[in-house]
Amino acid sequence: MTTQVAARPALNLKGLPQYGVYLAILLLVLYNIFFTPYFLTWSNVRIQLIQVAPIVIVALGMALVIGTEGIDLSVGSVMALAAALIPLYLGYGVVAAILASLVAGVAVGFINGVLVARVGLQPIVATLALFVGGRGLAVVISEGKLKDVRNPDLIYLGSGDLFGIPVLVWIAAALVLVVAFLVRRTVFGRRLLAVGGNRPATELAGLPVKRVLITVYVLCAVLASIAGLLSVARIQSSDASAVGLLIELSAITAVVVGGTPLTGGKVRVLGTVAGALLMQLVIATMIKHNLQPSTTEMVQAVIILIAVYVARERKTR
Amino acid sequence: MTMGIAEPRVAAAADTRREERTDRIVGIVQRQGAPAVLILVVLISLAAFPNFRSFDNTATILVAAAPPMLIALGMTFVILTGGIDLSVGSLYVLGGVLAAWASQYGFVAAFAAPLLVCGAIGVANGLLIAYTRMAPFIVTLAALLGARGLMRAISSEGSETFLVKSDAFRRLGNGSFLDIGYQVWLVAGLVVLGMVLLARTGFGRAVYAVGGSEDAAALMGVAVRRTKVWVYVMSGLLAGVAGAINAAKLGSGVTVLGTGMELDAIAAVVIGGTLLTGGAGSIAGTVAGVLLLGVIQNLINQVGNLNSNWQQVISGTFLALVVVAQTYLVKLRRIN
Amino acid sequence: MLEVLDVSKIFPGVRALDQVSFRLQAGEVHALVGENGAGKSTLIKVLTGVYQPDSGELRYDGRTAQFGTPMDAQHAGISTIYQEVNLIPLMSVAHNLFLGREPRNRLGLLDENRMHRDAREILAGYGVTADVRRRLGTLALGEQQMVALARAVMIDAKVVIMDEPTSSLEPREVETLFGVIRELHGRGIGIIYVSHRLDELYQICDAVTILRDGKVVHTGKLADLERIRLVSLMLGREMSEVRREGATAFSGAATGDTGAAPVLRASGLTSRRKLHDISFEVRPGEVVGLGGLLGAGRSETIKAIGGAYPLDSGDVQVNGVDLKKPTTVRAVRAGIAVQPEDRKAEGIIAGLSVRENIALAVLPQLSRLGLVSESKIDAIVEKYMTRLRIKASSPHQLVGDLSGGNQQKVLLARLLATGPKVLLLDEPTRGIDVGAKAEVQSLIDELAAEGLGVVLVSSDAEELIEGADRVVVLRDGVVVGVLTGAQVTTEDLMSAIAAGGNE
Repeated sequence: MTTQVAARPALNLKGLPQYGVYLAILLLVLYNIFFTPYFLTWSNVRIQLIQVAPIVIVALGMALVIGTEGIDLSVGSVMALAAALIPLYLGYGVVAAILASLVAGVAVGFINGVLVARVGLQPIVATLALFVGGRGLAVVISEGKLKDVRNPDLIYLGSGDLFGIPVLVWIAAALVLVVAFLVRRTVFGRRLLAVGGNRPATELAGLPVKRVLITVYVLCAVLASIAGLLSVARIQSSDASAVGLLIELSAITAVVVGGTPLTGGKVRVLGTVAGALLMQLVIATMIKHNLQPSTTEMVQAVIILIAVYVARERKTR
Repeated sequence: MTMGIAEPRVAAAADTRREERTDRIVGIVQRQGAPAVLILVVLISLAAFPNFRSFDNTATILVAAAPPMLIALGMTFVILTGGIDLSVGSLYVLGGVLAAWASQYGFVAAFAAPLLVCGAIGVANGLLIAYTRMAPFIVTLAALLGARGLMRAISSEGSETFLVKSDAFRRLGNGSFLDIGYQVWLVAGLVVLGMVLLARTGFGRAVYAVGGSEDAAALMGVAVRRTKVWVYVMSGLLAGVAGAINAAKLGSGVTVLGTGMELDAIAAVVIGGTLLTGGAGSIAGTVAGVLLLGVIQNLINQVGNLNSNWQQVISGTFLALVVVAQTYLVKLRRIN
Repeated sequence: MLEVLDVSKIFPGVRALDQVSFRLQAGEVHALVGENGAGKSTLIKVLTGVYQPDSGELRYDGRTAQFGTPMDAQHAGISTIYQEVNLIPLMSVAHNLFLGREPRNRLGLLDENRMHRDAREILAGYGVTADVRRRLGTLALGEQQMVALARAVMIDAKVVIMDEPTSSLEPREVETLFGVIRELHGRGIGIIYVSHRLDELYQICDAVTILRDGKVVHTGKLADLERIRLVSLMLGREMSEVRREGATAFSGAATGDTGAAPVLRASGLTSRRKLHDISFEVRPGEVVGLGGLLGAGRSETIKAIGGAYPLDSGDVQVNGVDLKKPTTVRAVRAGIAVQPEDRKAEGIIAGLSVRENIALAVLPQLSRLGLVSESKIDAIVEKYMTRLRIKASSPHQLVGDLSGGNQQKVLLARLLATGPKVLLLDEPTRGIDVGAKAEVQSLIDELAAEGLGVVLVSSDAEELIEGADRVVVLRDGVVVGVLTGAQVTTEDLMSAIAAGGNE
């Protein structure tokens, strides 16, 4: 009996990290509808969605990595690398350019994965090397210059519309579906959650833990490289020193705010999307009310800390 | 019935002896690796680049290395406890802007402002990490964002550049004693102070103990939380000072420098032989690490047409190599 | 001088200590023995302030005492030397010894020279001659333990608790340790000594307290207690009780087909310090027990066969096919299923549902092109939940929320779903309630009858004797005997375990 009584308040708290994000979005949207002029216009919604799309894509990969009790700090550098490679290979056509940036993602992810799974480094340490060196390499590749991209096909990806909705948003939505499907319906998804839930047990059960881990880091880096090439397509230029700067922070925030615990074993795909949307809404709301970007940055910092604090594992047991 | 026990035990003793030997070699590689590579690189540079030899060039290297040295010094303490501080790059920029802004109120203010603000952010980092058990990387990543926001708020969203108004403060940046810049002396003094603190005080022992094994340290009576708070405070303060002396040198608080500064510092510390997992390492190693990266940067500049971003690529590669090597060295040590 | 009276400690679902009373006299070496889960470690944690007792009283130096934290206990003079040395391996020996009370010079800075000199002097008394500037982690475990002991005694300990101090020591180091213990003994320091090496207990201890299932089953002078009686008190019930048939749910009938070729053959398994040339065979339908005390190498043997413990040499064959350096993936594919001893840490995945846990290891068979078939999973989950009578509110309930018995059944279901040829069970009935225990036991019988080879590790003597057709007895990682035949009794097992190591 006593245990039941004790369990009740704990349950309420448990729901907070999981569903709090949807509630917060609802409240913010309601607030904006009443107090922010021109909030519910299509052009505004459109801008917000376009801005949030790359963050969502990177956050999806981050969610997978965090689901294995890992972290990937190198996503911003991967975006930069992907961006730097586009103008280099655009001469051979859009497909070649896209392939080149995806291959870069696979390579980085593979290195991260091997360092984590085979060498046995902590994920934060393993991904630090490419966090440090990746962007430098990207800037070296692009010779430190901002390069304009004028290929119409690529620009269509970044600023075109399909059925009245930006292509960028379609791509992000499709990737959300793919990742959700991956997590829920595939063998790989189940194994990923098992590895994050209890790695020794999963190993003992005879599952190919190392392969799963390497695949997860490759997926994360590939998603980041997609985000990188889409960013180039959107701003119609490639600037390796600026693309994806601090995106690792936005991605981790989206994942954590969306209710995926940093301790692994769970991946909330929709929650992650909601987390990214919420952060975007917060920033948009503040900007619409004439708060400076500096203020929004400080508010973001506080939100991150609160989200991690609420979701942090309880050490009582 | 009970044969065969004695023999394996003898084998075990032989294993122990072998372990001791491996361990000694591993220890030497870990401690002396960075200085050895530094000397090697310097020797090669002396042979290959005639300009490298000059006194002016050496002074240039030292002056350029002064701010990174301070940040890496703080980072060494943090990493030794098993933590990480990603906010120092932002704090460095913030410190520079604050120092330039406050220099209108005199020399003391130019130092007090960055110390106060960056120290306070360090306190916040430390308290959150020590008392809520949130991961250091996420707390300090948030602090990175917060400090950046603060810096932009002060400098009208980064558009305003404060000029250093105090002559005394500017002299700190450009004056020299025995032909070596004041700031180099200042940094050297702080480094020596850090060495004494780490090697010869109870606090230093506590830093190693916390990083070596937090649970064991707690059981042995070490004030784990207090130690953690202090290392983040130190890291914040040193990043602030680094920003201040850089502002003194440049004569203004520049709002764009410093992205990636935290990464260079981490790279230098790790290259210097400090374990990223904490518990082992030295400031001497960090000094060698910073100088090594400084010399490499200097060479890249001398070659001329090379992109200065090679620096980051080299840092990252070094970092990866060192970390992987360390993991294997540690494994060599502990094959049960 | 240190005493607990009627102390109880209850964890969710387990009564870890049940009205335990224990008294340590000054200058006494008191053995504390019992199998895993008997309550030893809980008692130690109560004594050292890690846990607070739910009821009962702790008395120290004649006064009621309360230790809120391990530091409180330490300040009061109670020091603990843990099995895994609780010092800092990356710090130097001297720094470990003096951490927190380093000698200072006039400037208030650490006086390294004096520290090294003092450390050398102190440690020489403990037989440690290694350079005190070396990192602690580079010393042999025995030396590390001496450093821990020296540190404990240095802080004016009145009581020293040693938890399995000799488990990783070499004979020479054990002798040194005993010398130190005798000296402490002479100085009136009380010592609580936890060990499973009977020889040692009789060599060094004055008194003994035996715990079983959270209760004190015996306390008194060690010299008055026969070796075999000690073992039976630890492992079994009262001897008269044992003779009554039917203490377990096993049928007792031998099921092994003695003519058949072995399904599992382990030969010459050797792993540094833990396993020495262990060989045995399991035929289809046979249950082979692994007997021995804690630390004898039973769990390591099982894990080594399952590919989860590194082997230096030795072969594992399944149905005559050599696994060649088993890995977990290869072992599972070959038909080996391991149920690890630590269910929570290595068995179940608490954050996933019953359904996910059961299907985990066989997902490829339940899917096409990497897409899992929910209906196939449902079918297999349904099958095993019914067969093993797993009680969960639904297949979607989290395994972490189930009772211990049902968690164990989920784990077994996962193993069975892989269609194993050999089942390796490490303490399958520990920490689960009586009803579930009987169910698991009859399940083992059933599975063997179906032709599976089973290896059973259990600290419960009756379970081992009645459940197994043959018992391989281990001590210090060496096979010291094999008990065969239906007439094997718990007494036989106990005398095999208790037989002195020095003959």
